[in-house]
Amino acid sequence: MFYRETGQFKQNYAADSAVFPILQDRYGLAIIMVIAFVAIPMFGSEFLLASVMIPFLILSLGAIGLNILVGYTGLLSLGTAGFMGVGAYAAYKLSTMFPQVNILVWILCSGFFAAGIGVIFGLPSLRIKGFYLAVATLAAQFFLQWCFVRVAWLYNYNPSGAIEVPGRTLFGIAITGPMATPVNRYYVVLGVVVVMTLIASNIVHGRIGRTWMAVRDMDIAAQLMGIRLLPAKLLAFAVSSFYCGVAGALMVFLWLGAAEPSAFDIKLSFLLLFMVIIGGLGSLIGSFMGAALIHILPIFIRALPESLGLPVAAATVEHLTYLIVGALIIFFLIVEPHGLARLWQITKQKLRVWPFPY
Amino acid sequence: MSGPKDAVGETMGETLLAVDGVSLGFGGVKAITDVSFDIRKGEIRAIIGPNGAGKTSMLNVINGFYHPQQGRITYKGQTRSRMRPYQAASQGIARTFQNVALFRGMSTLDNIMVGRTLRMHRGLFWQMLRFGPAMREEIDHRRHVEDIIDFLQIEAIRKTPVGKLPYGLQKRVELGRALAMEPELLLLDEPMAGMNMEEKEDMCRYILDLNRHFGTTIALIEHDIGVVMDLSDRVVVLEYGHKIADGTPEEVKADPKVIDAYLGVGH
Repeated sequence: MFYRETGQFKQNYAADSAVFPILQDRYGLAIIMVIAFVAIPMFGSEFLLASVMIPFLILSLGAIGLNILVGYTGLLSLGTAGFMGVGAYAAYKLSTMFPQVNILVWILCSGFFAAGIGVIFGLPSLRIKGFYLAVATLAAQFFLQWCFVRVAWLYNYNPSGAIEVPGRTLFGIAITGPMATPVNRYYVVLGVVVVMTLIASNIVHGRIGRTWMAVRDMDIAAQLMGIRLLPAKLLAFAVSSFYCGVAGALMVFLWLGAAEPSAFDIKLSFLLLFMVIIGGLGSLIGSFMGAALIHILPIFIRALPESLGLPVAAATVEHLTYLIVGALIIFFLIVEPHGLARLWQITKQKLRVWPFPY
Repeated sequence: MSGPKDAVGETMGETLLAVDGVSLGFGGVKAITDVSFDIRKGEIRAIIGPNGAGKTSMLNVINGFYHPQQGRITYKGQTRSRMRPYQAASQGIARTFQNVALFRGMSTLDNIMVGRTLRMHRGLFWQMLRFGPAMREEIDHRRHVEDIIDFLQIEAIRKTPVGKLPYGLQKRVELGRALAMEPELLLLDEPMAGMNMEEKEDMCRYILDLNRHFGTTIALIEHDIGVVMDLSDRVVVLEYGHKIADGTPEEVKADPKVIDAYLGVGH
């Protein structure tokens, strides 16, 4: 009813090529931004900020990184957690070696280290595809995690083998370490995620994004258009790993506060892959939706019986949560194998023509 | 039909591409044996032959997917023993496929925009901003792509994912994508396969328009002999990887070897 594009005429190609050509979509985005930047920090509890929103945003960023590789370029990767670990350890090393430089600079720089490692492990992608590439990236996952355990230099010979985040400030406000309040950390994470999502959206809507999708859909035809496969795939690996690396650095510095190598094990890689598949391959919004389904929904379900006053034992709630989330994942994948993003698109399409479905 | 053809004939002459003694085999199977022919600037050159004659393999050799074991390929005066796909694309060879090879997840517009890739130069930095020079470049190329969309009369399906389009339109979008490269040599692999009469007529019209008005040199493989005889300036006939005839449609039609190849020969 309200979702109509009637009367919105495009006068030039620039307006027609916009990422959100429909006015209602732009309003919707603006409302989400206001909620994220104003409403949540103002009314949200510490728990909501620290345990729901910050992890959700960081996982979304990781999912975007993986989506660039799997969804846009069609290269299956299981090394995501490894690349996130590279970002985290790089940020840790840089910030302890050069403490005078702002931490935000090092978090973003750590992405370049992850990108470099990603490119090296992306080299086999020219020859192998699909499940075989997944196995090759699995090697990256195991090798990198081995490095995090064995190379003591990476965690500054800390006897516990973990990295602990030093307290750092931005404009005199503590944003990492034990002194940082959840609100401050939330704003930093939100800022980074919003800017990087915007950049990702720009890339995938332009020439480079089309190159990636061409390689994904039909690599032979892409070669004929003059696309060289190796540079295109390596660029996808680099950008994807950059995003994962920054997500990893954010995860340690602004969410966990300290991390052991096991934080970057294969389970995290699978978790992100599930988010991307359930959210929607080749969709940035889908990355957020997938992260929300897998991270926020269980928290919500766990909190539900208590808030309704139902006398259910904690262990039972935990089991029920697994059951319900698992069932929902299967349900969504049966209803729409292309993920939540496609479901959302279909809903919008139906809304546009409602109440006449033709 | 002879009038306009002669007019085209006057502007032709210069050789755009020549294959010389090309042989290609896969293990023990000889796909092409010692085939030579040339394509002149501005002509429509047909390659015909029964199934398995090596026509598509020949196109794959020309644009660098297959590397022949023997022979040379001369394109625009440069002689090579093999082409590479990137070289072929950047020097103006475009191609459509026998089985439509579109990017199925993308819209018609994006598919054709991919054809402009080689002509777009703004790097990652500007692409990240999608602003200023990057956006101007995007709009310039969009304008060009819209001209192609107008020419092929596919305005209504610009934003439709190509996977949802009917076959005839997919073929047309694929032609559009090849045209977006502004090719000098356009290789069409069975552009009319599986089409009905009207669609074939449309496609013929596009091919002729391209050739006459834009001067694009076209090499096409086609099984519809009527179409081939009407459209092409010269025809080369392959059978079992050998060239058995080469000449104008009239000459080829009268060649006893061609008749044997198509109708069979009594033993």
